[in-house]
Amino acid sequence: MADKTRLLIGTRKGAWFLDSGSDRDDWSPKGPLFLGQIINHLVSDPRDRKVLLAAASTGHLGPTIQRSMDGGETWTEAVRPPAFASDDPHGRSVHHTFWLEPGHASEPGVWWAGASPQSLFRSADNGDTWEGVAGLNEHPKVLDWFPPMDEGTPDGPMIAGIVIDPRDARHMYLATPTAGVLETTDQGATWAPLNDNVRCDYLPDPYPEYGQDAHQIALSPTNADRIWQQNHCGIYRLDRPGKRWDRIGDAMPRDVGDIGFSIVPHPRCEQTAWVFPMDGTEVWPRVSPGGRPAAYRTRDGGASWERQDRGFPREQGWFTVKRQAMSGDGADPMGLYLGTTSGEVWASKDEGESWRQIAAHLPEIYSVTVVPPPA
Amino acid sequence: MTQVFIPSQLTSYTGGATRVQATGGTVSSVLDDLDRRYPGLKFRVIDEQNRVRKHMRIFIGREETRQVTTGLRDTDELLIFGALSGG
Repeated sequence: MADKTRLLIGTRKGAWFLDSGSDRDDWSPKGPLFLGQIINHLVSDPRDRKVLLAAASTGHLGPTIQRSMDGGETWTEAVRPPAFASDDPHGRSVHHTFWLEPGHASEPGVWWAGASPQSLFRSADNGDTWEGVAGLNEHPKVLDWFPPMDEGTPDGPMIAGIVIDPRDARHMYLATPTAGVLETTDQGATWAPLNDNVRCDYLPDPYPEYGQDAHQIALSPTNADRIWQQNHCGIYRLDRPGKRWDRIGDAMPRDVGDIGFSIVPHPRCEQTAWVFPMDGTEVWPRVSPGGRPAAYRTRDGGASWERQDRGFPREQGWFTVKRQAMSGDGADPMGLYLGTTSGEVWASKDEGESWRQIAAHLPEIYSVTVVPPPA
Repeated sequence: MTQVFIPSQLTSYTGGATRVQATGGTVSSVLDDLDRRYPGLKFRVIDEQNRVRKHMRIFIGREETRQVTTGLRDTDELLIFGALSGG
């Protein structure tokens, strides 16, 4: 595996691997796995590359977690998937697991799962059994932060991202669509909103304590005090211990805007990150603005952005890239990967300077992750 | 023994079998018995609040039930289906 780059592709109808040598030129698909099942997230464990977890459900059946302990060769189902207690006071049941996050480096075997309806679960045995995180799921404000709703747009409300501070296993952030960013410093026992100066243009109070829609958050790998956020209402950055977000998306071109799902920081430069803008005007088409797909990169912390569209369709390219469907690898130069809802995978091996389609005709892509390089 | 019809969505649990036998006096206990032999099957059909999942249907003979407490006789047949609700 040392000289191989592997992408893990989760789709609405199963999962695939895309494999390449270290040159990242020629890609070959392997799969399908779990054909017909909805794979919201397929993730490799950077602490043990043989461990992979997949968040699976189907149109009919209840949700589960599929586990591989041999790098994806064989799979078994979790003995106890994420589920609320049978006496849950709100009568909740997990509809699907949306986000899977390997735990802190100091806690081998620990994983976290973000689910819909919005809830958090923890496993200490590589995903075989899961327990609800009472500090969040039973928080006194849980129904304020996560109003009950069976359906939402587009796929129902879910915990949209889990981020763990690499310096401290107790310090975590969640991205949520109805409470914005939540923070814990005691590994989930208590939580507080972290949304100062993040806009809500769909609420009477445009800057509430909570209510924001955090599409994705990510820490700079070389500076865990720097948080990047792609929000429903723009691109933001926060440098801790500060608490006030800056809307760095204001520097994006007006005709493109700063709406999107994904944000990907550079593995070695805290000033650099990528977004993939989508049309968030009028009825929210969620496609590439003007039908001209492009990534945008900042190399100065968000003070300016540069368009990166070489290789993408010049016109009539109506890409939708969901929040889990854009990733970077740790190589130098960094590789970037994105999957579209029309089943295409695009890659750049030169930090976004040029793009190439490396797979097509897959089902609707929900997630693209990279098997991390050996530690 | 209750005869149980297994829909295609669940045959990965039963080794491909579409008809199996199980014991139990209620829908829930029959599914518990199935879950002992085919681990994980019940949770795909019944959620953690003991509700039949939205897109699953359970019949005893020709009578549909949404209640897992519904009783069965040994001579009853329990049928599990994936619901049709669109394309």
